[in-house]
Amino acid sequence: MKDMTESYVTEDGRTIGDVMLDLRNITLRFGGVEAIKDISFDIREGEIRAIIGPNGAGKSSMLNVISGFYIPQEGEVWFHGRKRPQMKPYQVARQGIARTFQNIALFEGMTVLDNIMTGRLNYTKSGMLAQAIWKGKAEREETENREKVERVIDFLEIQAIRKTPVGRLPYGLKKRVELARALAADPKLLLLDEPMAGMNVEEKEDMSRFILDVNDEFGTTIALIEHDMGVVMDLSDRVVVMDYGKKIGDGTPDDVRNNQAVIDAYLGVAHDD
Amino acid sequence: MLYREAGDFKTSYVADSQTFPIAFDRYRYWVVLAVAFLVVPFFITDYTANALLLPFLIYSIAAIGLNILTGYAGQVSLGTGGFMAVGAYACYKLMTAFPDVNILIHVILAGGITAAVGTAFGLPSLRIKGFYLAVATLAAQFFLVWLFNKVSWFYNYSASGQINAPERTVLGVAVTGPNTPAWASYLVCLVFVTACALIARNLTRGALGRQWMAIRDMDIAAEIIGVNPLKAKLTAFAVSSFFVGISGALFFAVYLGAVEVGEAFGINKSFLVLFMIIIGGLGSIFGAFAGAAFLVCLPVVLKLIGVDLLGWPTDLVAHFQLVIVGLLIMFFLVKEPHGLAQLWRLAKEKLRLWPFPH
Repeated sequence: MKDMTESYVTEDGRTIGDVMLDLRNITLRFGGVEAIKDISFDIREGEIRAIIGPNGAGKSSMLNVISGFYIPQEGEVWFHGRKRPQMKPYQVARQGIARTFQNIALFEGMTVLDNIMTGRLNYTKSGMLAQAIWKGKAEREETENREKVERVIDFLEIQAIRKTPVGRLPYGLKKRVELARALAADPKLLLLDEPMAGMNVEEKEDMSRFILDVNDEFGTTIALIEHDMGVVMDLSDRVVVMDYGKKIGDGTPDDVRNNQAVIDAYLGVAHDD
Repeated sequence: MLYREAGDFKTSYVADSQTFPIAFDRYRYWVVLAVAFLVVPFFITDYTANALLLPFLIYSIAAIGLNILTGYAGQVSLGTGGFMAVGAYACYKLMTAFPDVNILIHVILAGGITAAVGTAFGLPSLRIKGFYLAVATLAAQFFLVWLFNKVSWFYNYSASGQINAPERTVLGVAVTGPNTPAWASYLVCLVFVTACALIARNLTRGALGRQWMAIRDMDIAAEIIGVNPLKAKLTAFAVSSFFVGISGALFFAVYLGAVEVGEAFGINKSFLVLFMIIIGGLGSIFGAFAGAAFLVCLPVVLKLIGVDLLGWPTDLVAHFQLVIVGLLIMFFLVKEPHGLAQLWRLAKEKLRLWPFPH
């Protein structure tokens, strides 16, 4: 893939730009266990990048490295052409990286609206005193954030549940609310950790449509982990395949599908049918 | 049918995010305020003020403060009594050092000093959670009480070890000291309660409140959307201690007048305020009021029924009170962790449709 340094236009007319996030020789150890072994790959502006691999391959650890939860022992993370210093997760979030979790991580005690509004916290600049009297900048910001959040709510078609406490929602809707919270932050890079796990076919179709629409309409770069091969092959522009912490394949869905190492490690079973 | 929201439409986000989105609630709120400010002062007696109204108002402020920390930000604190003592002693030192400055300013400054102390004791919350944090705040409680007992500078080297509130006036009317009319002390407390409740409500419905609740519900997810946990927890400690400090200052200066720290601000006080927010409702401003009203009224009502009506001995009734509070705590923790506020919310939901089942 090294030759693809120029931006190009995909078959469906989206422009894929320069490298946005570049992971160089990342190694992550937990004690004696090497969860990630010397992995390098990049994510380019505007693309949908899938990370696949069997259970325990280190996919989620990779996302946790990107979002700052884990600090790799070796390797560098380059973001927008600059080497990223060691950062806390909330600092990563402020750089424009949002994510969802494999097990839904919503704020159960708050309403859907409040949950999504938390995605706008980075854009709140008014001080504590202004917020205490709820006048001027604080009130203006609240309204602006609400407008932005309402656009996301419209986009994901969850208008009817905006005042419902999150704890009462069914699983599929919770996943959608979590996506909404990440989208409300206006991310440049959106990390989705198994966005379709545990969903039925219909919900998967909805979620796939939302992912494509987010990428298409907002131009958001997306990196996703997913086990449903049909979804991965349909959605993504490029795929990274991991196994036992190592990268065993990287390329377009077709490249990966025909890569013998990948077939052996992972897709072999799927190819039998 | 008693409770209508049909036809109450919002056309702006400002209108939708106001404190009382339903018109009926708004009118009731104004009626309550009008009665509290314009009617009650004319009928207040020394007994109703000292037994019911003043403790209710002052504990409400403390309960709002603790509710911000425990109910909204999820940081359990057993140091409320100690922080109230900080407010009281700060107010006392300010009153005696600067006699010419208005007492209301002293009370607010006492809140500010308590906020600083509370933030310092909140620092461990960055490393420890839950039970362990509760124990750390318990240490703050004992340390602060010991400090105010031990260092005689805090009580101006008085022989009794007590602090006494000198007489201070607002607009020519005494609000502290023995010559204070009941209505004056009531109005001072009422003004502070109203202001504190408004500020607490504004903070909790806005961006800061969402940070606190995000930290409470899931700190990892809060961090990933850009909440700095250090800042969120410390602001919660600061705001909470500010309110608790104000309540301590009022408790000493306006309500009791003379205070011995171990007696007035001991560990019992910490638990009393904690019980208030558990019974009233964690994470609700209304719950703070409900819990304070309940625990202030309970002994008075029990005494009326037990001693005056049934003729039981006073100590028996006093013990009964402990039993009842204990049972209630268990009941609420098991059955309704969101307390009276949640019961009130459910009642409202039922009333929307009453008398129809659907």
